[in-house]
Amino acid sequence: MNWHHVLTIVGTNLKRLYKSRDYWIPLTILASLFFVFIPLILLVLLSNSPTTPVLTQIGEVIGTLPDQVQNNIRGDSPGTRTAYAFAVYLLAPVAIIVPLTISSAVGANTIVGERERGTGEFLAHSPLTEQEIYIGKLIGSLIPGYLATIVGFALYSLIVNLVVGPQIGGWFFPTTGWWILIFWVVPPFIAMALSVVLRMSARVRSAAAAQQASTLVTLPIILLSYAVSTGLVYSQAASAFVVGLVAWILAYVGLRSGMKAVKRERLLGVASEA
Amino acid sequence: MTHPVGAAIQFSRVSKSFGPVDALRQLDFEAPYGSITVLLGPNGAGKTTTVRLTTGALNADAGSISVLDLDPATGGTEIRSRCGIVPPKPAFYDELSGWDNLQFAARIFDASDAAAREAAERFDIAHALDQEVGGYSTGMRTRLALARSVIHDPEVLLLDEPTAGLDPESSRAVLELIRELAGKGRSVVLCTHLLHEAEGIADQVVLMDSGEARAVGPPLELAGRYMADPIVVFDAEDRAVLHQLETSSGVLRLSWNGSVQATLDDLDRLPDLVTDLVNAGARLTRVEPLRPSLEDLYFEMQRAHREAQ
Repeated sequence: MNWHHVLTIVGTNLKRLYKSRDYWIPLTILASLFFVFIPLILLVLLSNSPTTPVLTQIGEVIGTLPDQVQNNIRGDSPGTRTAYAFAVYLLAPVAIIVPLTISSAVGANTIVGERERGTGEFLAHSPLTEQEIYIGKLIGSLIPGYLATIVGFALYSLIVNLVVGPQIGGWFFPTTGWWILIFWVVPPFIAMALSVVLRMSARVRSAAAAQQASTLVTLPIILLSYAVSTGLVYSQAASAFVVGLVAWILAYVGLRSGMKAVKRERLLGVASEA
Repeated sequence: MTHPVGAAIQFSRVSKSFGPVDALRQLDFEAPYGSITVLLGPNGAGKTTTVRLTTGALNADAGSISVLDLDPATGGTEIRSRCGIVPPKPAFYDELSGWDNLQFAARIFDASDAAAREAAERFDIAHALDQEVGGYSTGMRTRLALARSVIHDPEVLLLDEPTAGLDPESSRAVLELIRELAGKGRSVVLCTHLLHEAEGIADQVVLMDSGEARAVGPPLELAGRYMADPIVVFDAEDRAVLHQLETSSGVLRLSWNGSVQATLDDLDRLPDLVTDLVNAGARLTRVEPLRPSLEDLYFEMQRAHREAQ
Protein backbone atom coordinates (compact mmCIF):
# COMPACT_ATOMS: atom_id res chain seq x y z
CA MET A 1 0.00 0.00 0.00
CA ASN A 2 1.26 3.45 -0.96
CA TRP A 3 0.86 5.65 2.14
CA HIS A 4 1.61 8.75 0.13
CA HIS A 5 -1.59 8.04 -1.86
CA VAL A 6 -3.55 7.35 1.31
CA LEU A 7 -2.45 10.61 2.91
CA THR A 8 -3.35 12.47 -0.29
CA ILE A 9 -6.91 11.15 -0.04
CA VAL A 10 -7.07 11.97 3.67
CA GLY A 11 -5.76 15.50 3.12
CA THR A 12 -8.17 16.19 0.28
CA ASN A 13 -11.11 14.82 2.27
CA LEU A 14 -10.29 17.02 5.25
CA LYS A 15 -9.78 20.05 3.07
CA ARG A 16 -13.15 19.49 1.43
CA LEU A 17 -14.79 19.12 4.82
CA TYR A 18 -13.18 22.33 6.03
CA LYS A 19 -14.49 24.16 2.95
CA SER A 20 -18.02 22.78 3.45
CA ARG A 21 -19.18 24.96 6.30
CA ASP A 22 -22.77 23.79 5.93
CA TYR A 23 -21.51 20.40 6.90
CA TRP A 24 -19.10 20.98 9.74
CA ILE A 25 -20.80 23.86 11.55
CA PRO A 26 -23.76 21.71 12.72
CA LEU A 27 -21.34 18.99 13.77
CA THR A 28 -19.29 21.49 15.74
CA ILE A 29 -22.44 22.79 17.39
CA LEU A 30 -23.35 19.22 18.32
CA ALA A 31 -19.93 18.61 19.87
CA SER A 32 -20.03 21.94 21.72
CA LEU A 33 -23.47 21.19 23.06
CA PHE A 34 -22.48 17.83 24.52
CA PHE A 35 -18.96 18.63 25.65
CA VAL A 36 -19.33 22.24 26.75
CA PHE A 37 -22.77 23.76 27.15
CA ILE A 38 -24.78 20.95 28.70
CA PRO A 39 -22.02 19.95 31.19
CA LEU A 40 -21.34 23.58 32.02
CA ILE A 41 -24.96 24.37 32.79
CA LEU A 42 -25.54 21.13 34.70
CA LEU A 43 -22.38 21.34 36.77
CA VAL A 44 -22.82 25.01 37.63
CA LEU A 45 -26.42 24.40 38.70
CA LEU A 46 -25.57 21.32 40.74
CA SER A 47 -22.48 22.78 42.39
CA ASN A 48 -24.20 25.94 43.46
CA SER A 49 -27.62 24.64 44.39
CA PRO A 50 -28.76 24.32 47.95
CA THR A 51 -30.39 21.03 48.86
CA THR A 52 -33.48 20.63 46.73
CA PRO A 53 -35.90 17.77 46.04
CA VAL A 54 -34.16 17.27 42.69
CA LEU A 55 -30.77 16.92 44.30
CA THR A 56 -32.24 14.52 46.80
CA GLN A 57 -33.65 12.40 43.99
CA ILE A 58 -30.34 12.41 42.13
CA GLY A 59 -28.61 11.52 45.38
CA GLU A 60 -30.90 8.51 45.66
CA VAL A 61 -29.87 7.44 42.14
CA ILE A 62 -26.22 7.82 43.04
CA GLY A 63 -26.95 5.77 46.12
CA THR A 64 -27.75 2.84 43.88
CA LEU A 65 -24.24 2.86 42.37
CA PRO A 66 -21.76 0.21 43.55
CA ASP A 67 -20.15 0.85 46.90
CA GLN A 68 -16.71 1.13 45.33
CA VAL A 69 -17.99 3.90 43.06
CA GLN A 70 -19.78 5.66 45.91
CA ASN A 71 -16.59 5.60 47.96
CA ASN A 72 -14.77 7.37 45.13
CA ILE A 73 -17.27 10.20 44.91
CA ARG A 74 -15.74 13.24 46.47
CA GLY A 75 -17.26 16.35 48.02
CA ASP A 76 -18.79 17.44 51.27
CA SER A 77 -22.16 18.79 50.23
CA PRO A 78 -24.83 16.83 48.36
CA GLY A 79 -24.55 19.35 45.49
CA THR A 80 -20.79 18.87 45.15
CA ARG A 81 -21.07 15.10 45.36
CA THR A 82 -23.77 15.08 42.71
CA ALA A 83 -21.74 17.38 40.46
CA TYR A 84 -18.72 15.11 40.91
CA ALA A 85 -20.75 12.01 40.09
CA PHE A 86 -22.16 13.69 37.00
CA ALA A 87 -18.78 14.88 35.79
CA VAL A 88 -16.91 11.64 36.30
CA TYR A 89 -19.51 8.93 35.80
CA LEU A 90 -22.76 10.02 34.26
CA LEU A 91 -21.51 12.12 31.36
CA ALA A 92 -18.99 9.54 30.14
CA PRO A 93 -21.15 8.32 27.20
CA VAL A 94 -20.93 11.79 25.69
CA ALA A 95 -17.29 11.12 24.95
CA ILE A 96 -18.20 8.25 22.70
CA ILE A 97 -21.50 9.35 21.19
CA VAL A 98 -20.13 12.60 19.80
CA PRO A 99 -17.27 11.12 17.77
CA LEU A 100 -19.42 8.26 16.55
CA THR A 101 -22.08 10.68 15.35
CA ILE A 102 -19.62 13.00 13.62
CA SER A 103 -17.52 10.28 12.01
CA SER A 104 -20.62 8.40 10.86
CA ALA A 105 -22.05 11.55 9.31
CA VAL A 106 -18.81 12.21 7.45
CA GLY A 107 -18.22 8.59 6.50
CA ALA A 108 -21.72 7.95 5.21
CA ASN A 109 -21.24 10.43 2.39
CA THR A 110 -17.66 9.69 1.59
CA ILE A 111 -17.84 6.92 -1.02
CA VAL A 112 -21.35 7.32 -2.36
CA GLY A 113 -20.56 11.04 -2.62
CA GLU A 114 -17.73 10.27 -5.04
CA ARG A 115 -20.18 8.39 -7.20
CA GLU A 116 -22.87 11.06 -7.01
CA ARG A 117 -20.48 13.87 -7.93
CA GLY A 118 -18.86 11.85 -10.70
CA THR A 119 -15.42 12.11 -9.09
CA GLY A 120 -15.59 8.34 -8.58
CA GLU A 121 -14.85 8.03 -12.30
CA PHE A 122 -11.50 9.73 -11.79
CA LEU A 123 -10.68 7.52 -8.80
CA ALA A 124 -11.69 4.40 -10.70
CA HIS A 125 -9.35 5.24 -13.57
CA SER A 126 -6.52 6.29 -11.26
CA PRO A 127 -3.64 4.07 -10.11
CA LEU A 128 -5.04 4.10 -6.58
CA THR A 129 -5.80 0.64 -5.27
CA GLU A 130 -9.18 -0.05 -3.72
CA GLN A 131 -7.40 -0.62 -0.41
CA GLU A 132 -5.77 2.82 -0.55
CA ILE A 133 -9.13 4.44 -1.32
CA TYR A 134 -10.78 2.61 1.57
CA ILE A 135 -8.07 3.40 4.11
CA GLY A 136 -7.91 7.01 2.95
CA LYS A 137 -11.66 7.40 3.32
CA LEU A 138 -11.60 5.66 6.69
CA ILE A 139 -8.91 7.89 8.16
CA GLY A 140 -10.48 10.95 6.56
CA SER A 141 -13.76 10.15 8.31
CA LEU A 142 -12.20 9.13 11.61
CA ILE A 143 -10.12 12.25 12.11
CA PRO A 144 -12.99 14.80 12.28
CA GLY A 145 -14.86 12.79 14.91
CA TYR A 146 -11.80 12.01 16.98
CA LEU A 147 -10.44 15.53 16.70
CA ALA A 148 -13.78 16.84 17.97
CA THR A 149 -13.49 14.38 20.85
CA ILE A 150 -9.98 15.44 21.81
CA VAL A 151 -10.82 19.14 21.69
CA GLY A 152 -14.15 18.53 23.43
CA PHE A 153 -12.44 16.40 26.06
CA ALA A 154 -9.92 19.15 26.77
CA LEU A 155 -12.69 21.73 27.12
CA TYR A 156 -14.78 19.38 29.23
CA SER A 157 -11.82 18.73 31.52
CA LEU A 158 -11.31 22.44 31.91
CA ILE A 159 -14.97 23.05 32.74
CA VAL A 160 -15.11 20.20 35.26
CA ASN A 161 -11.95 21.35 37.02
CA LEU A 162 -13.01 24.98 37.06
CA VAL A 163 -16.55 24.36 38.23
CA VAL A 164 -16.28 21.33 40.51
CA GLY A 165 -12.55 21.40 41.33
CA PRO A 166 -12.52 24.30 43.80
CA GLN A 167 -15.14 22.57 45.94
CA ILE A 168 -13.18 19.35 46.32
CA GLY A 169 -9.74 20.74 46.84
CA GLY A 170 -8.30 21.29 43.36
CA TRP A 171 -8.10 19.92 39.87
CA PHE A 172 -8.96 16.23 39.70
CA PHE A 173 -10.07 15.55 36.14
CA PRO A 174 -9.46 13.50 33.94
CA THR A 175 -9.52 10.39 36.05
CA THR A 176 -7.72 7.22 34.96
CA GLY A 177 -10.95 5.77 33.58
CA TRP A 178 -11.46 8.78 31.34
CA TRP A 179 -7.89 8.66 30.00
CA ILE A 180 -8.38 5.03 29.01
CA LEU A 181 -11.81 5.77 27.59
CA ILE A 182 -10.64 8.61 25.37
CA PHE A 183 -7.35 7.23 24.11
CA TRP A 184 -7.89 3.49 24.16
CA VAL A 185 -11.60 2.73 23.86
CA VAL A 186 -13.08 5.53 21.76
CA PRO A 187 -10.84 5.06 18.66
CA PRO A 188 -11.76 1.39 18.05
CA PHE A 189 -15.44 2.16 18.57
CA ILE A 190 -15.25 4.87 15.91
CA ALA A 191 -13.43 2.44 13.63
CA MET A 192 -16.07 -0.22 14.26
CA ALA A 193 -18.86 2.18 13.37
CA LEU A 194 -16.97 3.35 10.29
CA SER A 195 -16.40 -0.21 9.11
CA VAL A 196 -20.16 -0.51 8.85
CA VAL A 197 -20.82 3.01 7.60
CA LEU A 198 -18.23 2.82 4.80
CA ARG A 199 -19.65 -0.49 3.70
CA MET A 200 -23.07 1.14 3.46
CA SER A 201 -21.61 4.15 1.69
CA ALA A 202 -20.04 1.93 -0.95
CA ARG A 203 -23.23 -0.01 -1.58
CA VAL A 204 -26.15 2.40 -1.49
CA ARG A 205 -27.30 4.52 -4.41
CA SER A 206 -27.44 7.98 -2.85
CA ALA A 207 -25.91 10.03 -0.07
CA ALA A 208 -29.35 10.48 1.50
CA ALA A 209 -29.83 6.72 1.62
CA ALA A 210 -26.35 6.33 3.08
CA GLN A 211 -27.14 8.78 5.88
CA GLN A 212 -30.36 7.00 6.76
CA ALA A 213 -28.87 3.55 6.56
CA SER A 214 -25.81 4.48 8.57
CA THR A 215 -27.96 5.96 11.32
CA LEU A 216 -29.87 2.71 11.63
CA VAL A 217 -26.82 0.51 11.39
CA THR A 218 -24.69 2.46 13.84
CA LEU A 219 -27.46 2.77 16.42
CA PRO A 220 -26.65 -0.61 18.03
CA ILE A 221 -22.96 0.35 18.16
CA ILE A 222 -23.85 3.65 19.80
CA LEU A 223 -26.02 1.87 22.35
CA LEU A 224 -23.29 -0.66 23.00
CA SER A 225 -20.69 2.04 23.36
CA TYR A 226 -23.01 3.95 25.70
CA ALA A 227 -23.21 0.95 27.97
CA VAL A 228 -19.51 0.19 27.71
CA SER A 229 -18.40 3.73 28.41
CA THR A 230 -20.67 4.02 31.41
CA GLY A 231 -19.43 0.73 32.79
CA LEU A 232 -15.80 1.47 32.08
CA VAL A 233 -15.52 4.56 34.21
CA TYR A 234 -16.93 2.59 37.14
CA SER A 235 -14.55 -0.30 36.67
CA GLN A 236 -10.89 -1.02 37.22
CA ALA A 237 -8.34 0.20 34.70
CA ALA A 238 -7.41 -3.36 33.79
CA SER A 239 -10.90 -4.33 32.76
CA ALA A 240 -11.24 -1.10 30.78
CA PHE A 241 -8.03 -2.00 29.01
CA VAL A 242 -9.40 -5.45 28.15
CA VAL A 243 -12.62 -3.99 26.81
CA GLY A 244 -10.59 -1.63 24.64
CA LEU A 245 -8.51 -4.53 23.37
CA VAL A 246 -11.60 -6.49 22.40
CA ALA A 247 -12.95 -3.40 20.65
CA TRP A 248 -9.69 -3.05 18.71
CA ILE A 249 -9.89 -6.67 17.58
CA LEU A 250 -13.51 -6.31 16.50
CA ALA A 251 -12.69 -3.08 14.71
CA TYR A 252 -9.81 -4.74 12.85
CA VAL A 253 -12.02 -7.62 11.73
CA GLY A 254 -14.76 -5.23 10.67
CA LEU A 255 -12.38 -3.03 8.73
CA ARG A 256 -10.68 -5.96 7.00
CA SER A 257 -13.97 -7.33 5.75
CA GLY A 258 -15.35 -3.86 4.98
CA MET A 259 -12.42 -3.18 2.69
CA LYS A 260 -13.94 -5.46 0.09
CA ALA A 261 -16.92 -3.13 -0.25
CA VAL A 262 -14.90 -0.58 -2.22
CA LYS A 263 -14.90 -1.68 -5.84
CA ARG A 264 -14.15 0.27 -8.95
CA GLU A 265 -17.51 -0.56 -10.52
CA ARG A 266 -19.19 0.90 -7.46
CA LEU A 267 -17.20 4.10 -7.82
CA LEU A 268 -18.44 4.23 -11.40
CA GLY A 269 -21.99 3.42 -10.33
CA VAL A 270 -22.36 0.41 -12.59
CA ALA A 271 -22.25 -2.41 -10.04
CA SER A 272 -25.26 -4.57 -10.67
CA GLU A 273 -25.45 -5.53 -7.04
CA ALA A 274 -25.20 -1.95 -5.77
CA MET B 1 9.60 9.49 -29.97
CA THR B 2 10.11 5.86 -30.89
CA HIS B 3 7.50 3.42 -29.80
CA PRO B 4 6.99 -0.31 -29.98
CA VAL B 5 5.53 -1.82 -33.09
CA GLY B 6 2.12 -3.39 -32.71
CA ALA B 7 -0.96 -2.61 -30.72
CA ALA B 8 -1.03 -0.36 -27.68
CA ILE B 9 -4.56 -1.57 -27.06
CA GLN B 10 -5.93 -4.86 -28.24
CA PHE B 11 -9.47 -6.13 -27.70
CA SER B 12 -10.13 -9.68 -28.74
CA ARG B 13 -13.71 -11.00 -28.68
CA VAL B 14 -14.47 -8.96 -25.56
CA SER B 15 -17.93 -9.11 -24.05
CA LYS B 16 -19.37 -7.24 -21.09
CA SER B 17 -22.89 -7.25 -19.70
CA PHE B 18 -24.63 -5.25 -17.01
CA GLY B 19 -27.44 -7.49 -15.85
CA PRO B 20 -29.58 -8.20 -18.90
CA VAL B 21 -27.93 -5.49 -21.00
CA ASP B 22 -25.10 -6.50 -23.31
CA ALA B 23 -22.81 -3.49 -23.36
CA LEU B 24 -20.13 -5.16 -25.50
CA ARG B 25 -20.54 -8.17 -27.75
CA GLN B 26 -17.35 -9.85 -28.88
CA LEU B 27 -15.63 -6.56 -29.58
CA ASP B 28 -12.50 -6.82 -31.69
CA PHE B 29 -10.15 -3.96 -32.47
CA GLU B 30 -6.57 -2.83 -32.13
CA ALA B 31 -5.22 0.66 -31.51
CA PRO B 32 -1.66 0.76 -32.82
CA TYR B 33 1.07 2.54 -30.88
CA GLY B 34 1.36 6.20 -31.74
CA SER B 35 -1.95 6.36 -33.58
CA ILE B 36 -5.24 8.15 -33.19
CA THR B 37 -8.09 5.68 -33.00
CA VAL B 38 -11.61 7.01 -33.08
CA LEU B 39 -14.40 4.96 -31.54
CA LEU B 40 -17.36 6.23 -33.46
CA GLY B 41 -20.91 5.37 -32.66
CA PRO B 42 -24.22 6.54 -31.29
CA ASN B 43 -24.99 6.83 -27.59
CA GLY B 44 -25.16 3.37 -26.07
CA ALA B 45 -22.79 1.86 -28.63
CA GLY B 46 -20.41 0.71 -25.90
CA LYS B 47 -17.69 3.34 -26.23
CA THR B 48 -17.56 4.28 -22.54
CA THR B 49 -17.55 0.64 -21.49
CA THR B 50 -14.63 0.08 -23.86
CA VAL B 51 -12.69 2.87 -22.15
CA ARG B 52 -13.51 1.50 -18.71
CA LEU B 53 -12.32 -1.96 -19.70
CA THR B 54 -9.16 -0.49 -21.18
CA THR B 55 -8.00 0.91 -17.84
CA GLY B 56 -9.22 -2.07 -15.88
CA ALA B 57 -11.80 0.02 -14.06
CA LEU B 58 -14.19 -2.73 -15.14
CA ASN B 59 -13.41 -6.34 -15.92
CA ALA B 60 -14.55 -8.11 -19.07
CA ASP B 61 -16.92 -11.04 -18.84
CA ALA B 62 -15.24 -12.80 -21.77
CA GLY B 63 -12.47 -12.28 -24.27
CA SER B 64 -9.00 -10.87 -23.76
CA ILE B 65 -7.65 -7.35 -23.50
CA SER B 66 -4.07 -6.18 -23.75
CA VAL B 67 -3.04 -2.62 -22.97
CA LEU B 68 0.63 -1.66 -23.24
CA ASP B 69 1.28 -5.40 -23.25
CA LEU B 70 -0.44 -5.80 -19.88
CA ASP B 71 -3.71 -7.43 -18.92
CA PRO B 72 -5.97 -4.82 -17.25
CA ALA B 73 -7.47 -7.49 -15.00
CA THR B 74 -4.10 -8.15 -13.36
CA GLY B 75 -1.94 -5.17 -14.29
CA GLY B 76 -4.62 -2.52 -13.93
CA THR B 77 -2.69 -0.36 -11.49
CA GLU B 78 0.28 -0.03 -13.82
CA ILE B 79 -1.94 0.53 -16.86
CA ARG B 80 -3.85 3.27 -15.08
CA SER B 81 -0.62 4.97 -14.07
CA ARG B 82 0.38 5.09 -17.76
CA CYS B 83 -3.00 6.21 -19.11
CA GLY B 84 -4.65 9.59 -19.05
CA ILE B 85 -8.40 9.92 -19.28
CA VAL B 86 -10.89 12.66 -19.96
CA PRO B 87 -14.35 11.38 -19.01
CA PRO B 88 -17.51 12.54 -20.76
CA LYS B 89 -18.54 14.83 -17.92
CA PRO B 90 -15.37 15.81 -16.09
CA ALA B 91 -16.08 15.94 -12.37
CA PHE B 92 -14.05 17.65 -9.68
CA TYR B 93 -14.27 18.53 -6.03
CA ASP B 94 -16.24 21.69 -6.62
CA GLU B 95 -15.59 23.18 -3.20
CA LEU B 96 -11.84 23.07 -3.82
CA SER B 97 -9.83 25.29 -6.12
CA GLY B 98 -8.59 24.25 -9.53
CA TRP B 99 -5.10 24.03 -8.10
CA ASP B 100 -6.23 21.78 -5.23
CA ASN B 101 -7.82 19.45 -7.75
CA LEU B 102 -4.78 19.41 -10.00
CA GLN B 103 -2.45 18.86 -7.08
CA PHE B 104 -4.61 15.97 -5.90
CA ALA B 105 -4.27 14.34 -9.32
CA ALA B 106 -0.54 15.07 -9.45
CA ARG B 107 0.04 13.33 -6.15
CA ILE B 108 -2.03 10.34 -7.10
CA PHE B 109 -0.14 9.97 -10.39
CA ASP B 110 3.18 10.67 -8.65
CA ALA B 111 3.72 13.76 -10.76
CA SER B 112 5.31 16.99 -9.56
CA ASP B 113 3.59 20.28 -8.78
CA ALA B 114 5.65 21.79 -11.58
CA ALA B 115 4.11 19.30 -14.02
CA ALA B 116 0.65 20.26 -12.77
CA ARG B 117 1.40 23.96 -13.26
CA GLU B 118 2.79 23.31 -16.72
CA ALA B 119 -0.29 21.30 -17.73
CA ALA B 120 -2.54 24.11 -16.52
CA GLU B 121 -0.62 26.66 -18.55
CA ARG B 122 -0.73 24.43 -21.59
CA PHE B 123 -4.54 24.47 -21.53
CA ASP B 124 -4.84 28.10 -20.60
CA ILE B 125 -6.45 27.49 -17.23
CA ALA B 126 -3.55 28.60 -15.01
CA HIS B 127 -5.14 32.02 -14.45
CA ALA B 128 -8.18 30.44 -12.77
CA LEU B 129 -6.44 27.91 -10.56
CA ASP B 130 -7.12 29.87 -7.39
CA GLN B 131 -10.87 29.86 -7.99
CA GLU B 132 -13.21 27.17 -6.70
CA VAL B 133 -14.04 24.71 -9.47
CA GLY B 134 -17.73 25.06 -8.61
CA GLY B 135 -17.62 28.45 -10.29
CA TYR B 136 -15.98 27.21 -13.50
CA SER B 137 -17.75 27.24 -16.86
CA THR B 138 -18.09 24.00 -18.84
CA GLY B 139 -15.17 25.03 -21.02
CA MET B 140 -12.96 25.75 -18.01
CA ARG B 141 -13.83 22.40 -16.47
CA THR B 142 -12.88 20.64 -19.68
CA ARG B 143 -9.60 22.52 -19.86
CA LEU B 144 -8.89 21.50 -16.28
CA ALA B 145 -9.79 17.90 -17.12
CA LEU B 146 -7.44 18.01 -20.08
CA ALA B 147 -4.66 19.38 -17.90
CA ARG B 148 -5.37 16.67 -15.33
CA SER B 149 -5.23 13.95 -17.99
CA VAL B 150 -1.70 14.79 -19.17
CA ILE B 151 -0.17 15.74 -15.84
CA HIS B 152 1.86 12.50 -15.76
CA ASP B 153 2.73 12.46 -19.48
CA PRO B 154 0.65 9.35 -20.25
CA GLU B 155 1.52 6.88 -22.96
CA VAL B 156 -2.14 6.29 -23.78
CA LEU B 157 -4.77 9.00 -23.71
CA LEU B 158 -8.43 8.05 -23.60
CA LEU B 159 -10.86 10.83 -24.39
CA ASP B 160 -14.52 9.97 -23.94
CA GLU B 161 -16.74 12.53 -25.68
CA PRO B 162 -14.32 15.27 -24.61
CA THR B 163 -15.95 18.07 -26.53
CA ALA B 164 -19.53 17.50 -25.37
CA GLY B 165 -21.06 20.86 -24.55
CA LEU B 166 -17.89 22.77 -25.34
CA ASP B 167 -17.47 26.07 -27.10
CA PRO B 168 -15.54 25.97 -30.40
CA GLU B 169 -12.38 27.31 -28.79
CA SER B 170 -12.25 24.58 -26.20
CA SER B 171 -13.16 21.95 -28.80
CA ARG B 172 -10.22 23.07 -30.84
CA ALA B 173 -7.95 22.81 -27.82
CA VAL B 174 -9.01 19.18 -27.45
CA LEU B 175 -8.29 18.38 -31.08
CA GLU B 176 -4.96 20.17 -30.89
CA LEU B 177 -4.06 18.08 -27.87
CA ILE B 178 -4.89 14.92 -29.75
CA ARG B 179 -2.74 15.87 -32.72
CA GLU B 180 0.09 17.02 -30.49
CA LEU B 181 0.16 13.84 -28.45
CA ALA B 182 -0.05 11.62 -31.50
CA GLY B 183 2.79 13.64 -32.98
CA LYS B 184 4.86 12.74 -29.93
CA GLY B 185 4.16 9.07 -30.44
CA ARG B 186 1.41 8.74 -27.84
CA SER B 187 -1.54 6.48 -28.52
CA VAL B 188 -4.86 8.27 -28.45
CA VAL B 189 -8.34 6.81 -28.32
CA LEU B 190 -11.13 9.28 -28.95
CA CYS B 191 -14.73 8.27 -28.33
CA THR B 192 -17.25 10.41 -30.09
CA HIS B 193 -20.57 10.44 -31.82
CA LEU B 194 -19.61 13.67 -33.60
CA LEU B 195 -18.47 12.72 -37.05
CA HIS B 196 -16.91 16.07 -37.88
CA GLU B 197 -14.76 15.77 -34.78
CA ALA B 198 -13.13 12.61 -36.02
CA GLU B 199 -12.79 13.88 -39.55
CA GLY B 200 -9.24 14.56 -40.46
CA ILE B 201 -7.59 13.32 -37.28
CA ALA B 202 -8.42 9.62 -37.22
CA ASP B 203 -5.70 7.21 -38.25
CA GLN B 204 -8.18 4.49 -37.62
CA VAL B 205 -11.92 4.37 -37.13
CA VAL B 206 -13.81 1.78 -35.12
CA LEU B 207 -17.45 2.08 -36.01
CA MET B 208 -19.40 0.79 -33.03
CA ASP B 209 -23.04 0.01 -32.63
CA SER B 210 -24.87 -2.06 -30.00
CA GLY B 211 -21.58 -3.13 -28.42
CA GLU B 212 -20.07 -4.44 -31.65
CA ALA B 213 -17.37 -3.15 -33.96
CA ARG B 214 -19.17 -2.89 -37.28
CA ALA B 215 -16.09 -1.81 -39.16
CA VAL B 216 -12.47 -1.14 -38.28
CA GLY B 217 -9.78 0.49 -40.38
CA PRO B 218 -8.27 3.71 -41.65
CA PRO B 219 -10.91 6.12 -43.02
CA LEU B 220 -9.63 5.91 -46.59
CA GLU B 221 -9.55 2.15 -46.51
CA LEU B 222 -13.08 2.07 -45.13
CA ALA B 223 -14.17 4.55 -47.78
CA GLY B 224 -12.74 2.25 -50.42
CA ARG B 225 -14.49 -0.70 -48.83
CA TYR B 226 -17.89 0.85 -48.28
CA MET B 227 -17.92 3.67 -50.83
CA ALA B 228 -16.05 2.18 -53.76
CA ASP B 229 -18.19 3.99 -56.32
CA PRO B 230 -17.13 7.58 -56.90
CA ILE B 231 -19.54 10.43 -56.20
CA VAL B 232 -19.64 13.65 -58.18
CA VAL B 233 -21.56 16.78 -57.24
CA PHE B 234 -23.26 18.65 -60.08
CA ASP B 235 -25.00 22.01 -60.00
CA ALA B 236 -26.29 24.28 -62.71
CA GLU B 237 -28.10 27.59 -63.18
CA ASP B 238 -31.14 25.66 -64.37
CA ARG B 239 -31.21 22.54 -62.25
CA ALA B 240 -34.02 20.97 -64.27
CA VAL B 241 -31.59 20.01 -66.95
CA LEU B 242 -29.67 17.90 -64.44
CA HIS B 243 -32.52 15.39 -64.53
CA GLN B 244 -30.86 14.20 -67.71
CA LEU B 245 -28.34 12.41 -65.49
CA GLU B 246 -31.06 9.97 -64.42
CA THR B 247 -30.84 8.28 -67.81
CA SER B 248 -27.13 8.75 -68.46
CA SER B 249 -25.09 5.59 -68.72
CA GLY B 250 -22.68 4.93 -65.86
CA VAL B 251 -24.79 6.80 -63.27
CA LEU B 252 -25.77 4.36 -60.54
CA ARG B 253 -27.65 6.65 -58.17
CA LEU B 254 -28.72 10.25 -57.87
CA SER B 255 -29.51 12.11 -54.72
CA TRP B 256 -30.94 15.62 -54.71
CA ASN B 257 -29.94 17.89 -51.90
CA GLY B 258 -29.95 21.36 -53.45
CA SER B 259 -27.22 20.21 -55.79
CA VAL B 260 -27.11 16.71 -57.27
CA GLN B 261 -24.86 13.94 -56.02
CA ALA B 262 -24.33 11.33 -58.69
CA THR B 263 -22.80 7.97 -57.86
CA LEU B 264 -20.88 6.72 -60.89
CA ASP B 265 -19.57 3.30 -61.78
CA ASP B 266 -16.31 4.88 -62.93
CA LEU B 267 -14.87 8.37 -62.59
CA ASP B 268 -13.70 8.16 -66.24
CA ARG B 269 -17.34 8.72 -67.21
CA LEU B 270 -17.17 12.31 -66.01
CA PRO B 271 -15.94 14.05 -69.23
CA ASP B 272 -18.74 12.44 -71.25
CA LEU B 273 -21.37 13.35 -68.70
CA VAL B 274 -20.24 16.97 -68.63
CA THR B 275 -20.25 17.13 -72.46
CA ASP B 276 -23.77 15.69 -72.63
CA LEU B 277 -25.07 18.18 -70.08
CA VAL B 278 -23.46 21.13 -71.87
CA ASN B 279 -24.87 19.96 -75.20
CA ALA B 280 -28.28 19.80 -73.56
CA GLY B 281 -27.94 23.49 -72.74
CA ALA B 282 -26.85 23.23 -69.11
CA ARG B 283 -24.77 26.11 -67.74
CA LEU B 284 -22.89 24.15 -65.08
CA THR B 285 -21.81 25.98 -61.93
CA ARG B 286 -20.26 23.05 -60.12
CA VAL B 287 -18.72 19.74 -61.09
CA GLU B 288 -16.78 18.31 -58.16
CA PRO B 289 -15.69 14.77 -57.40
CA LEU B 290 -16.63 14.23 -53.78
CA ARG B 291 -14.20 12.86 -51.28
CA PRO B 292 -16.47 10.98 -48.89
CA SER B 293 -16.59 12.47 -45.45
CA LEU B 294 -16.60 10.37 -42.32
CA GLU B 295 -20.26 11.19 -42.06
CA ASP B 296 -20.90 9.78 -45.54
CA LEU B 297 -18.87 6.78 -44.57
CA TYR B 298 -20.72 6.32 -41.30
CA PHE B 299 -24.14 6.35 -42.87
CA GLU B 300 -23.00 4.17 -45.75
CA MET B 301 -21.64 1.61 -43.33
CA GLN B 302 -24.85 1.71 -41.33
CA ARG B 303 -26.84 1.24 -44.54
CA ALA B 304 -24.61 -1.65 -45.62
CA HIS B 305 -25.01 -3.28 -42.23
CA ARG B 306 -28.78 -2.98 -42.33
CA GLU B 307 -28.85 -4.47 -45.81
CA ALA B 308 -26.61 -7.32 -44.70
CA GLN B 309 -29.02 -8.10 -41.87
